[in-house]
Formats: sequence, C-alpha cells, structure tokens
Amino acid sequence: MTRLFAAFAGGLLFGMGLVVSGMTEPARVIAFLNIGPDWNAALIVVMVSALLVTLVGYRLLAGRVAPLFDEVFHTPTNQTLDVRLMTGAALFGVGWGVAGYCPGPAIVGGFLLDERALVFLVGYLIGALAFEGYDRKVSQPALADG
Amino acid sequence: MIPALIGGVLIGLAAIWMYASLGRVAGISGIFSQALRAPFSNASWAMAFVVGLGAGGWLVTLLVGARPQEMPFDAVLLLVGGVIVGFGTRLGSGCTSGHGVCGVARLSRRSIVATCIFVALGMVTGTLLHGVLS
Repeated sequence: MTRLFAAFAGGLLFGMGLVVSGMTEPARVIAFLNIGPDWNAALIVVMVSALLVTLVGYRLLAGRVAPLFDEVFHTPTNQTLDVRLMTGAALFGVGWGVAGYCPGPAIVGGFLLDERALVFLVGYLIGALAFEGYDRKVSQPALADG
Repeated sequence: MIPALIGGVLIGLAAIWMYASLGRVAGISGIFSQALRAPFSNASWAMAFVVGLGAGGWLVTLLVGARPQEMPFDAVLLLVGGVIVGFGTRLGSGCTSGHGVCGVARLSRRSIVATCIFVALGMVTGTLLHGVLS
C-alpha cells in the first residue's frame, strides 16, 4: 500500500509539472518544434530545469543501498546503442512533431477529457499494440534455422 | 518562462521522488505500458503513478482554471502522431521523460543518443509540417 501511495504522489507531482509547464497544450510543443519566426524556446526551460533538478537529486541519492520502499534500485542496465533504440527514437520524434504530444502530457490531457489527447491516445494504443505484434514476430526464432 | 521553470522543477522533483522511494526511473511510456499490462495486480505501483498523473493535472486545473485550447482539433494529425509515438517509444524503450529527463540525468549514453535523435527529428517534422508546408 505504501508503494501505491508513493507512486501516486510521484505521478501527482509529475502531472502538476506537465500542466504548469504548458506541455499539455500541443500548440506550445509545436511552437518549440517548429523553428520559424514564432519559435518559442519555453520548452527548453522545462526540459533543462527538470533535467538539472533530477541530475542533482540522483547524485545526492547515489550512495544509497536501497530506496525507501523497495529492496533494490531498478536502474536500467542496457548500454548498447542499437538500431532499435535509434529507429524508435527517430519515430518518436516524428510523431511528436506531427501531433505535439508525447506520452505524459497526452495521458494527463486524457484524464482532463481533452478530446485532442484522447484521439492521440487511441493512436498511441494502436501503435503500442502494433509494436507488441512486431516484437513477438521478430523475437521468435526462425523455424528454418532449426 | 516562470511557469516553464516551475513546471520543470516539479517534474524533476517527481523523478527524484520516484527514484528515492521506489527505485524507479520515471519513464512514462514504460510505466504506462506496465500499468496497462497488469492494471490491478498487487505490484501495480505503475497504475497508481498513472492515476496520480491525472490527479495532478486535475489539481492544477482546479487551482488555476482550465487552459483555453490553442491548437485546433485535427483528428488525422493526432491519430497518426499517436500511432507513430506509440510504436516508436516502445521500440526505442522510452520517451521525453525516461530518456530526456531521467536517462540523461543518469548520463546514460543510450538516453543521450535517443534524446538528440528525437529532439532533432521532432524539430525537422514540426518545422516542415507546421511551418514550411502549412
């Protein structure tokens, strides 16, 4: 139960940050991604301030053996720069530039019943399901190879 | 710029809290797929986080009022963008939060490369689609 409350609190802070920063308005995101006469750099401030706060926080936590409510830190260990990572990031960038939504703001917008976010989320789920299918197909060993 | 700064700091604090309390990286695309896979399991801190996201958005809206929508509704762009983001974030194991904030803060080279790629491609796409060609 403690873990659920901790995660809820983390989501709450994150959701507040996304709305306050303006990232839940796709027009603001597009104003940053569209480099033209009306270019709006505010999103750099959001990303850099979030990044710097996190960087300092992670440093301060670096000496800890375990988090408060779990036995271990679940830090990602993969270090490989592979085609999957780069293709996935490239596709994500394209979709971000098309719609002006990344997953976090879309989820928050969905909860606020913003119809733009809801339509985006329908597409998002279709894309994620398509990935599941693709992933099963490519990670299955080919029968011909025995 | 002040709301952008406050929002960014809140996001950073959320990321620190997730790591300090649960030892988790606050990558939303990953947490979301975990939440959808086992929404009501005992381990579903992921679902609690997702519900928290909504509650946070709701709380700010309650305090300062709903924001007027600036971007007109365009079902095709939203749906197509959603499909590409859904596939791409799963293939690339992360999005703005997991790679751009948490991963870069961990100095993960995978996340640094991914962030450079998605920001660059986002700018190329945004500039072409919403600027040059519109």
